[in-house]
Amino acid sequence: MAEVPAELAYTNEHEWVKVDGNIATVGITDYAQGELGDIVFVELPAEGDETKQNEAFGTIEAVKAVSELFAPVSGKVVAINSALEDEPETINSDPYGDGWMLKIELADPSELDALLSAEDYEKIITAED
Amino acid sequence: MNAKKTTLYDVHVAAGAKMVDFAGYLMPVQYRGIVDEHNKVRQSVGLFDVSHMGEFTFHGPGALAFLQKMTINDVSKLAVGQAQYSAMCYPDGGIVDDLIVYRHEDHYMMVVNASNLEKDLAWLREHATNDVDIRDESDATGLIAVQGRNAEKVLQKITDIDLSSIRFYWFGTGTIAGVPVMISRTGYTGEDGFEVAMPAEEAPKLWNMMTEAGAENDIEPIGLGARDTLRLEMKYCLYGNDIDKTTNPIEAGLGWITRLDKGDFIGREAIAQVKENGPGRKLIGLELEGRNIARHGFAVLHAGEPVGVVTSGSLSISLGKPIAMAYVRSDLAAVGTELTVQVRKKEAAARVVKTPFYNPKKS
Repeated sequence: MAEVPAELAYTNEHEWVKVDGNIATVGITDYAQGELGDIVFVELPAEGDETKQNEAFGTIEAVKAVSELFAPVSGKVVAINSALEDEPETINSDPYGDGWMLKIELADPSELDALLSAEDYEKIITAED
Repeated sequence: MNAKKTTLYDVHVAAGAKMVDFAGYLMPVQYRGIVDEHNKVRQSVGLFDVSHMGEFTFHGPGALAFLQKMTINDVSKLAVGQAQYSAMCYPDGGIVDDLIVYRHEDHYMMVVNASNLEKDLAWLREHATNDVDIRDESDATGLIAVQGRNAEKVLQKITDIDLSSIRFYWFGTGTIAGVPVMISRTGYTGEDGFEVAMPAEEAPKLWNMMTEAGAENDIEPIGLGARDTLRLEMKYCLYGNDIDKTTNPIEAGLGWITRLDKGDFIGREAIAQVKENGPGRKLIGLELEGRNIARHGFAVLHAGEPVGVVTSGSLSISLGKPIAMAYVRSDLAAVGTELTVQVRKKEAAARVVKTPFYNPKKS
């Protein structure tokens, strides 16, 4: 069973969000990495780029499938996890830790209200399985 | 439609496989992960359940003549105990299926793709003569592939067939633990290895025996995901991706199994025409710059103009870079030609390379 940490917020598109002040750290969930299988490439925006809630900010390539990444919140990208360039498999092994992708400076904290709780997200993945 | 299960279904689930519907069968796509499984086969040995594939037998005095008419390779060249990669074509040269023909003492056998099983059987029966008896043994037959440099060592521990005497694309019959088996030195990975046919109900027992016999070589079960990345590195065609009814054997690079001089067969005239005029496009190997993967259906461009289409693509796990198979215009098919692949909104640089992409014997 995929791990769904209680303290994080989630999207329908299987991203997780951890909010610290006005900075949101974003990655994909354990369930998503499991469904994708071995991840071989992740294409992220550059620092300084703007994200828009629910719009694609990058792509993730697994051996068998490619998937778009959707921004859980709007804002400015203040950091990207550049270690993923050489070691994208970190997303498989540690999706909530070293497999983080972006840090976004929130443009509108009220957007966080649209995110799912761990409990709600768990319902979605249980229904998909 | 409910997907069918092979007799190894429970074994796969117990081994932690992720099961998917493939060609109407619930099959393991991966167990631990495609990368691990791929490397296992390249470095030691792996086990594949390929029981979903179809097996037909052909008995009767007309069997040889019938197979000569239906397939494009020369069946008359086969000795008893020998196998042959071949294909069936439509009159227009399009491919019905690619397959392997085996010559037994008193009959022939054919192994076909699971996805084409019903279609192939109907096609064969439609053309059958009274002096050939076609039997569909697919449900009764289990098929396990043992692939990798340690395959012979592992399999020899449990069978009375002398495997060292079986050359590439030959087979022998004998037993494993009293179960009648046919073992051929064939496979879809480019590594040395075997495919073992057995009564379907015995497959779990033999699978477990192979697993035990392979323990000291760290044998692992391998899913369809790694099967695909392994075959792609060899540029082996996958029906439905790289070949289908709209592609002919010449453009697909299967001229080497097409024997236009063997006498008449279905598709011969059309294929001869393609060969004479030269194919308009060719199935080639591409290596991509960057890390994006060219997937089935992506356009291949030259100077901004579409000149072809990707049929299969993946990260080459052995080489660590993206590779693809693609049909491109014949004048752009030479090794070294610079092309691009449309990967979503951008063009990825690509180059036509020599195939197979990977050579197992060198490493």
